[in-house]
Amino acid sequence: MPQLLLAVDPVPWARAQMAFTLATHIILVPLGVSWAFMALVANYRAIKKDDADALELAQRWSKYMAVTFAVGAVTGTVLTFEFGLLWPKFMDKYGAAFGIPFAVEGLFFFLEAIFIAIYIYGWKRLKPWHHFWTGVPIVIAGIGGTVSVVAANAWMNEPAGFTVNSAGKVVDVAPLEVIFNKAMPLEAVHMLIAAYLVGGFLIASVYAAAMLRGRRDRYHRLGFTIAFTVAAIATPVQMLVGDQLARWVYNNEPTKFAAIELVPKTADDVPETLFGHLNSDGTVSGGIPIPGVASILSDPTTGKDTVIQGLDSFPEGSRPNTRQVNTVHLAWDVMVGLGTLLMLLSLWYGAVWLFKRRMPEGKWFLRIAAISGVLSVLAMEAGWVITEVGRQPWIVFGEMKVTAAATGNQGVWATFLVIVALYTGVALTLVLILRAMARRFRERGPGGGNDEADTPYGPRAPLSTPDPDLQEVTS
Amino acid sequence: MAEAVAVVLFIGITAYALFGGADFGAGFWDLVAGGAAKGKRPRAVVDHSIGPVWEANHVWLIFVLVVLWTAFSEAYGSIMLTLFVPLSLAALGIVLRGSSFAFRKEVYRTSSRRNFGAAFAISSVLVPFCMGAVAGAVASGRVPAGGKAGDPWDSWINPTAILGGVLAVVVCAYLAAVYLVWDAKRFGDEEMTEYYRRRAIGAAFVAGIVAFAGIFVLRDDARYVFDGLTSRALPLVILSAICGVGSIVLLVRHNHRFARVLAIGAVASVVIAWGVAQWPYMLPETLKVSQAAAPDPTLETVLIVFVIAAIVILPSLGLLYVLDQKGLVEVEEATPPA
Repeated sequence: MPQLLLAVDPVPWARAQMAFTLATHIILVPLGVSWAFMALVANYRAIKKDDADALELAQRWSKYMAVTFAVGAVTGTVLTFEFGLLWPKFMDKYGAAFGIPFAVEGLFFFLEAIFIAIYIYGWKRLKPWHHFWTGVPIVIAGIGGTVSVVAANAWMNEPAGFTVNSAGKVVDVAPLEVIFNKAMPLEAVHMLIAAYLVGGFLIASVYAAAMLRGRRDRYHRLGFTIAFTVAAIATPVQMLVGDQLARWVYNNEPTKFAAIELVPKTADDVPETLFGHLNSDGTVSGGIPIPGVASILSDPTTGKDTVIQGLDSFPEGSRPNTRQVNTVHLAWDVMVGLGTLLMLLSLWYGAVWLFKRRMPEGKWFLRIAAISGVLSVLAMEAGWVITEVGRQPWIVFGEMKVTAAATGNQGVWATFLVIVALYTGVALTLVLILRAMARRFRERGPGGGNDEADTPYGPRAPLSTPDPDLQEVTS
Repeated sequence: MAEAVAVVLFIGITAYALFGGADFGAGFWDLVAGGAAKGKRPRAVVDHSIGPVWEANHVWLIFVLVVLWTAFSEAYGSIMLTLFVPLSLAALGIVLRGSSFAFRKEVYRTSSRRNFGAAFAISSVLVPFCMGAVAGAVASGRVPAGGKAGDPWDSWINPTAILGGVLAVVVCAYLAAVYLVWDAKRFGDEEMTEYYRRRAIGAAFVAGIVAFAGIFVLRDDARYVFDGLTSRALPLVILSAICGVGSIVLLVRHNHRFARVLAIGAVASVVIAWGVAQWPYMLPETLKVSQAAAPDPTLETVLIVFVIAAIVILPSLGLLYVLDQKGLVEVEEATPPA
């Protein structure tokens, strides 16, 4: 067979493809994890208070959820191929350890898929409370799945629970130590809260946009309130967890931390530099340094005297390079900056509730709320950039470098381009379809959310129901 | 222990072939159903039977991949390294197929429905072909172990791999047609029952011919597996042939329910025969199951998860099935949406 594809070094393309597909998949994750919880809040209210608007919301949300979950399942399946297609040598060597959390995750994913279907079926087929309880496993599976996958990522940061013998084979695997590695608890909690935070802001921003267009009926306000309240509770908690996690990284992943805080040389009294960048000669230029703050935050007990290890204390080939350091640092600024902004927005919302017993409905609040979804997604993406780029050049920290893990196949540039084109198409279609669903629900009016025949995972339409296609074809 | 996990892996592969395969096959019949007006009723039957548990069918693929990479990491790494091209194509096909499934039900214009339908149908043929070719490539011993890549093209463009690909497509079509006969009958559509009955018989013949021709291909090109199929796996091969012939006889005699059972038997025994013929190799003649196996604690974990999955998931699937059956009655009584 002739060499059909150009011979191009696969490593940068493999990195790009993995980053692109993960960055896409992670946008769908919060919806899969937290939307079911919000639908259940609405569902609970619907049953308890006999609230027709809440019922309509829960029913429509379950349908949107099914569509986003179906697409998330597909982008997730691609990842199970990519681990091997792009990083065969990593999987070959470490699969026996790295794979364990995924085996657990598979179980949760299976459960989630089945119970989403049961929940959608149940609207017309189960008694209200029975039906409500069939939604609970979706929430549990979402939490379990998140924790399992993040455990695998945390293991790449803090590999544990195995030994490598003289032949280079992984032996003596301790499954629980693999799953509950040192980085796992805080990283898992951070992502789990992120899922509720991002999911809440994303959904709330849709209703904020609708309200700005004048749809201020009770249905839209309820939709906004449920989603935004979830996000507004998650945000301050996330700030606290993030603070803990940063201190944990200071103590356990000093190379990553040096990149985050832009510290070229080991020192005390390190400033918190906003923006700015590292030059290849090891100097920092630009940016706004706030004296001593990085040291104080790293360990408040020793304050300004806290010593932060600089990049120079690690050999060049085993820490992020200059470009990667700048990427990590910028991502850090973006994540913390957007997090702070969303925190202020949450406080605004909380204060108005506290004093006026209603949600803020001013134009400016709604305008910012309408973009809060996008902002929270950016913050989450930035967070993943920090942990992934900050681990470079390692795929398994201290054990295996990314270059040693990659495939030798030279056609990766081609699959990368096809994947980007394909995902762009899928993403555009997903947005268009969700909008079309919303329009159709509105046109059908109250009770429209309960038409189940057109939802993936939903029951089949009876053959006796007039098919829209049929009407078009025959008329 | 490694043997037990290998059995679990083959349970997953068999389940994927039976459930996922039938879905792919339904996509095949969607593809060949003709123009919008002519193909409308056959496609309606496909839409109906593929519906609710679609995702569960394809979770089997994730199950197979995860078990493979956790329990037999070296096999997973080697297969992915050598068979980059067909597996990349399969992954892209799965994106197309899965998202068109997600979207098609939500799209109301016939023209856009047709576009999604086409993407769905074409990828339904592409994916099983690639999967079959991967199986053929492994069976013919062209995937070397130990982090060395085999030839990126010859490894899957060769007689055994092409045989695997074609056989997979044909078998999926056969399986789906047999299921669809039964579904069309349940929906009370006489004409479609006959439509799919004729196609099921045709597909069964084609599958039989391809499988028969395959014997000679394997004899020349995949000696280890050929020897296995003609010795220790021979009872399974014979069982498959009997089931296949039996299903044709039952289809001719309009006994659709048992034709379905025999079709499942025919396909399952071929897949299991492949595994038995390869034994004790994961990658014939370079990597044994015992060599590829992960340390015992990992294997134990995989088995424990599998048992928990069986305990938790089977009743859940059962509940979904009950709701599905119950629903058909109630929805028909309800007034159709305006």
